[in-house]
Amino acid sequence: MTLLGMRGIGKRFLGVRVLSGVDLDTAAGEVHAVVGENGAGKSTLMKILAGVHVPDEGTIEIDGRPVAFGHPLEAQRAGVAIIYQEFNLLPDRSVAENVFLGREPARRGLVDRAAMEAETRRLLDELGETSFGPRDAVRRLSVAQQQVVEIVKALSVDARIIVMDEPTASLAEHEVELLYTLVRRLQRRGLAVLYISHRLREVFDLAQRVTVLKDGARVTTVPTAEVGPDELVRLMVGRELRDYFPPRAAPGEIGEVRLSVRGGGNGRLRGIDLDLRAGEITGLAGLQGSGRTELVKALFGAEPFAEGRMEPRRPRSVRDGVAAGIGLVTEDRKAEGLALRQSVRDNALLVARATAGRQARGDVRALLERVRLSPPDPEQEVRYLSGGNQQKVVLAKWMTVGPAVLLLDEPTRGVDVGAKAAIHDLMRQLARDGTAILMISSELPELIGMSDRVVVMRDGRIAGELPAGSSEEAIMRLAASGEAT
Amino acid sequence: MKRTLPILVVLAVLLAAIALVNPFFLEPAGFLAFVKRAAPLVILAAGQYFVIVSGEFDLSVGSLVTVEVVVAARLIDGQESATWWVLLLLIAVGLLVGLLNGVVTTALRVPSFITTLGMMLILSGAVFLWTGGAPRGALSEAFRTFGRGNLGPVPWSVLILLAAGAAAILLMRSDFGRRLVATGDNERAAALSGVRVARTRILAFVLSGAAAAITGILLGGFAGVSAQVGQGLEFSAITAVVLGGVALGGGRGSVVAAMAGALTLEALFTLLNLYGISGALEFTVQGVIIIAAVAVGALRLPAWLAKHPPRKQGDTHVA
Repeated sequence: MTLLGMRGIGKRFLGVRVLSGVDLDTAAGEVHAVVGENGAGKSTLMKILAGVHVPDEGTIEIDGRPVAFGHPLEAQRAGVAIIYQEFNLLPDRSVAENVFLGREPARRGLVDRAAMEAETRRLLDELGETSFGPRDAVRRLSVAQQQVVEIVKALSVDARIIVMDEPTASLAEHEVELLYTLVRRLQRRGLAVLYISHRLREVFDLAQRVTVLKDGARVTTVPTAEVGPDELVRLMVGRELRDYFPPRAAPGEIGEVRLSVRGGGNGRLRGIDLDLRAGEITGLAGLQGSGRTELVKALFGAEPFAEGRMEPRRPRSVRDGVAAGIGLVTEDRKAEGLALRQSVRDNALLVARATAGRQARGDVRALLERVRLSPPDPEQEVRYLSGGNQQKVVLAKWMTVGPAVLLLDEPTRGVDVGAKAAIHDLMRQLARDGTAILMISSELPELIGMSDRVVVMRDGRIAGELPAGSSEEAIMRLAASGEAT
Repeated sequence: MKRTLPILVVLAVLLAAIALVNPFFLEPAGFLAFVKRAAPLVILAAGQYFVIVSGEFDLSVGSLVTVEVVVAARLIDGQESATWWVLLLLIAVGLLVGLLNGVVTTALRVPSFITTLGMMLILSGAVFLWTGGAPRGALSEAFRTFGRGNLGPVPWSVLILLAAGAAAILLMRSDFGRRLVATGDNERAAALSGVRVARTRILAFVLSGAAAAITGILLGGFAGVSAQVGQGLEFSAITAVVLGGVALGGGRGSVVAAMAGALTLEALFTLLNLYGISGALEFTVQGVIIIAAVAVGALRLPAWLAKHPPRKQGDTHVA
């Protein structure tokens, strides 16, 4: 019995097609996995179902009746609940208050605390959750417990379709088992669970069917019993490398070790051994939460290593890192990379002004031409630039001090194709001039296309290293399970 | 420069309006008298600018001005010979109070609104305790010269204002100035670029304290000794800075505009005075201006947010 049917869903953002003709259906009591690479359209599809986005094309039916959601509340009333990776909970309120937020039961005009707590208690019992109660403050709960609160919230509005977006991304290993139990309980209650995950093991453990999305279209929907992990990976990534990348380093171009770590560790990282060489671009792969960003921040000194040896020195602060010749292009350029209301010049010179003497200033215009900022106008306010141009300014900021090691966290995220190619060329040029480069990218084709070797992380450790030109499958396998091929 | 223009236009209009009512204003002596009267506030506003552009507030400057004047009168007590070491001491007190404000705000992470509000009360209470309600002693003639004397035809306070203004402008063009604005705009990005954001902010508070010391020295000479001399000046300074289009929260606006804002405020008071409107209305006018100026700034913000929506949570996990 089909509970939900989405037919021919299409969506464009600013003229860019992100979904086209996607079908998805699910039945009561089914766990249906949705998988796909980054940018495949999973999140957009789920947000359409949750009423966050309005589709440009297609129809949605619940119980065979067409519905159209203009607002998340309408989706909620129709029985759709979505549990995002980032929970929407008020940390200083109790569990019960969170569950009934905005629709508190009233008695004679006052909030009926007793009823609220009793109902929350009933739902917690039903889920077999005894480790905390309705009166506990959310702040004191673990991530896994907070997830349960989100689920209780969904049940209390009589949700029949629950979307879980990467529910295990922030869970510890033993908590994943508890989540499994919970999902199966929901299933037995007759709910449909749409389960988004990149962890194939979970897909095969929990789901009856899996829908594969790629580049905004549905590749297939198959029962999990009829497909193997390798086949599924092939369906997800099977495509040509159609992007062009600059040629890799020739063996003679890779020089001495510019940065070396042995046994590096801190709260999030353990036993990091890594060498970065002049002239080499090292790709850093790993699932979200594997510790990639934490590693570059530790190398840079922003969230320093607490243990281990590092050559030429182990930075204890950002200034220490910069003094050691390390630069970091952060993942989120608006929050961490740029002072958006300042000029291109002020941003480009920020590192030099903060750390170097007057001599390290150089010719700003020439620098902007070198990073191919278009137009190379130093007086323009950075916030008016495109994403690609903004990223070029961030790169220019580091080039003023000529770092020996450049760490790049998602350097082309949210950057258009032309700027992407320019940034790729620039990276290769910097490497050729003797910079050691470490690049994080969630886009596997880019990572493979740019890297002279790929280091893969998993659970805060380095899981292994793969040579240039390794396949996406090999990287994903290492990242997901720690198994090399 | 683009953002400084509006306040300069407003200033010019007000000055023209004053000149219409009072032609003496167009003569050098008349105009200099106006600048002389405005100098203390303009210097105080420049100091406040450093703090505001770094994303903080300094509410302690009014009390600090009072402290400077009262302490000067008591220590000098009419002796000419005491003038110079007391001047040095006053500057040191200003720097020290600024340093305290800065360290408490950055190292103890007390919001500067609270730090400097507390400092304002501490200083007010200290003055009251020390003077018993009525300031004692007297300033020396040499001391009073800075606030009311002339060097040839030009008042000393105008010369001091020019020097302080030039120093402020140069400071904002220096590396320190650019780091300060970057810190106010995006503290995280500045820190990740190697800027010592705490030290930079502390220096801003120190500059504000120094500006308050200079203001106190000028006002002591100009207005004489009283326990109310600095009352409300912190709000006048903040109003002036905001009127100059400097964004509360930091990262935007120029020191020239902040100083022009102070001149504008002073011109407005002069105009009200000329039209015989009670001086008691000054606070009301400031209140209206500060709310209006911030509201205008806030109106721009939603438009900006609409053009730059927060980054979407991507579904980027594999790699």
